[in-house]
Amino acid sequence: MLNPISIAFKKAKKEKRPALLTYTVAGDSSKKQSLNILKAISNYADILEVGIPHNTPVADGGQIQTSAYRAIKNGIKMNDIFKIVSEFKKSKNPKPVIFMGYYNMIFQYGENNFLNKCKKSGVNGLIVVDLPWPENKIFSKRCKKNSINFIQLLSPTTSNKRLKSITKDSHDMIYYISMLSTTGGKLKVSPKKILANYDKIKKISPKKNCVIGFGITEKNVSNFKNTDGLVVGSQICKEITRSLNNRQNPVINVSKMVSKLRNKIS
Amino acid sequence: MKLKKGIPVIDQGDRLGFWGGKFGGNFVPETLKKPIEDLEIQFNKLKNDKNFIKERDRYFKNWIGTPTRFIKLNNLTKYVDGAQIWSKVVSDANGGAHKIYNATVHCLMAKRSGKKVIIGDTGAGYAGKMLSMAAKKFGLKCKIFMGAKDIKRQQPNVKAMKENGADVIPVYSGSQTLVDAVSECMRYWVANCDTTAMCVGSTVGPAIFVRICGWSTSQISRELKVQLINEFGDVPKKLKLYNCVGGGSSSFGFWNEFMDYDKKQVEFIGVEAGGPTKSKRHAAPLTYGSKIGILHGAAQYVNQNRDGQIEETESISAGLDYPGISPLHCFLKDTKRARYTAASDEEALKAYQIVTKYENLRPSLEPSHAFSIAIKEAKRFSKDTIVIINSCGDAYKDRGILEKKLGKKYVKSN
Repeated sequence: MLNPISIAFKKAKKEKRPALLTYTVAGDSSKKQSLNILKAISNYADILEVGIPHNTPVADGGQIQTSAYRAIKNGIKMNDIFKIVSEFKKSKNPKPVIFMGYYNMIFQYGENNFLNKCKKSGVNGLIVVDLPWPENKIFSKRCKKNSINFIQLLSPTTSNKRLKSITKDSHDMIYYISMLSTTGGKLKVSPKKILANYDKIKKISPKKNCVIGFGITEKNVSNFKNTDGLVVGSQICKEITRSLNNRQNPVINVSKMVSKLRNKIS
Repeated sequence: MKLKKGIPVIDQGDRLGFWGGKFGGNFVPETLKKPIEDLEIQFNKLKNDKNFIKERDRYFKNWIGTPTRFIKLNNLTKYVDGAQIWSKVVSDANGGAHKIYNATVHCLMAKRSGKKVIIGDTGAGYAGKMLSMAAKKFGLKCKIFMGAKDIKRQQPNVKAMKENGADVIPVYSGSQTLVDAVSECMRYWVANCDTTAMCVGSTVGPAIFVRICGWSTSQISRELKVQLINEFGDVPKKLKLYNCVGGGSSSFGFWNEFMDYDKKQVEFIGVEAGGPTKSKRHAAPLTYGSKIGILHGAAQYVNQNRDGQIEETESISAGLDYPGISPLHCFLKDTKRARYTAASDEEALKAYQIVTKYENLRPSLEPSHAFSIAIKEAKRFSKDTIVIINSCGDAYKDRGILEKKLGKKYVKSN
């Protein structure tokens, strides 16, 4: 049986477009609001990445940091985050959910407890930013046993040898980091170069769904129409911040933005 | 968990960089795997390369000024009326603190690998100041990340960094102290690791940085061992080495050469920052039993809440104001080779007053923590016990704080 993440990619492929993945931080700016945002963008996005906010993030740029600090300041806890996901999964049009976070949050919860809770609340995949291969070998196997997709990351600095080993150990989906940057950096590499690397990965591992993330925005998203999937995160977090600053409703604004993104790649 | 004899502690990690199977490691984003691996290959080669060691020693001798003094504090010994009190005056080193050793080694390595820019974090400003000095010396561009709160309280060092031509980049996130500076510095490296070298300012961070720093500061104990033999004919039968511990670079360097001695002969005492007496916050994860967690790429004892968010620390001393602690010290604690305790802000200030009253020595607030515990404990030791405190920083940088807390008379004119 295919897992919900693979089904989502399949569906997008049928429609001849990349899958659209969004990233928002759980609890930004409140538990209720972040849940409402998930419900609203679920109409346009194919897979939702839900960020677990952490206060010493070593790979996140300013936009996501702002969202994370806002969520932590408003008191978000790990158990609230699970609750947000399970509530979302009960909503009208839920999509697959991928948690994205830092390993300490999992480590403190206990790997087994964490995975049990993921299963119960309906989390379909995990991206652990600071648990690279081969350090993640045991944990990723544990995820697989629990039918949770452990998503390996690849970057422009990943050597060919590593690339082969990592893709071999990966599950259905892999994540290519477009450039040397924290999240939300300006795209400093040409789409052509990014796509060349993407093709290299697809050649080695044609069956795995490979998404591209970091620096993807409304402006450049249409350059990547012939890929398996695209992740937009910082631009959405930025839109939440902008809405809050202008006393507008982030739920409406973010959902408009995601709808536009979807149109641009369809 | 066991400490091995005859193998440097920095080389006792396993294949994945864990000491004792659980401290350290490489919890880093995929992007940093390659630059870290490159650095590992380079370091493993260079540390056995005679020419490199020669080059290092030449700079240590002619530029940093080795050895730093090893002196008896006669008046303090009389005041304490117990053990003999000595000090290794590491603040004699060029720049005024031990951070110069690590900075120099990192710049030498960056130069060899063809990097043009070097970045670093700083708390008290010493790591930043030294990196800016070394970068200038070796013709590298330099960027220093420093918490906005620390920039305010350690102005003399900020000024020095700027005079050396470094960009000082204020970090406004989180508590605006060292922990945030290290995060920001690592983030910058993630985005620029193809052109830029990173120097982590203490024995923290991904395993390779722990090793390079420990290897560099070990100069302190190499010198001390020679000085002890010159003074006493041998390593004394009862020797106690007191050192403050923030990230843990000076203490590790102060102890490394004596690692294989029985702890009954050479005891290591690490003094963490207990923070203000009235506050619940502290920077003493080993003393107050913090849980193991991951911070800045390494597993270590770290102040955190139940969820795993890193907790804010509080200490009068910016150099010790860090929620985590080197994996090396976690290892030394759990193998019981070293003993750890804490001194409060108030105790450190009092120790500073005592030391400056009796001796012509001005330890900065960081080593003042170590002096505090050493003075307290030395009272009950026998006269043939040799207590040595590493005075690893000079109080010049703390003028502002000292003036505010103790009044003008404690701050001399330079």
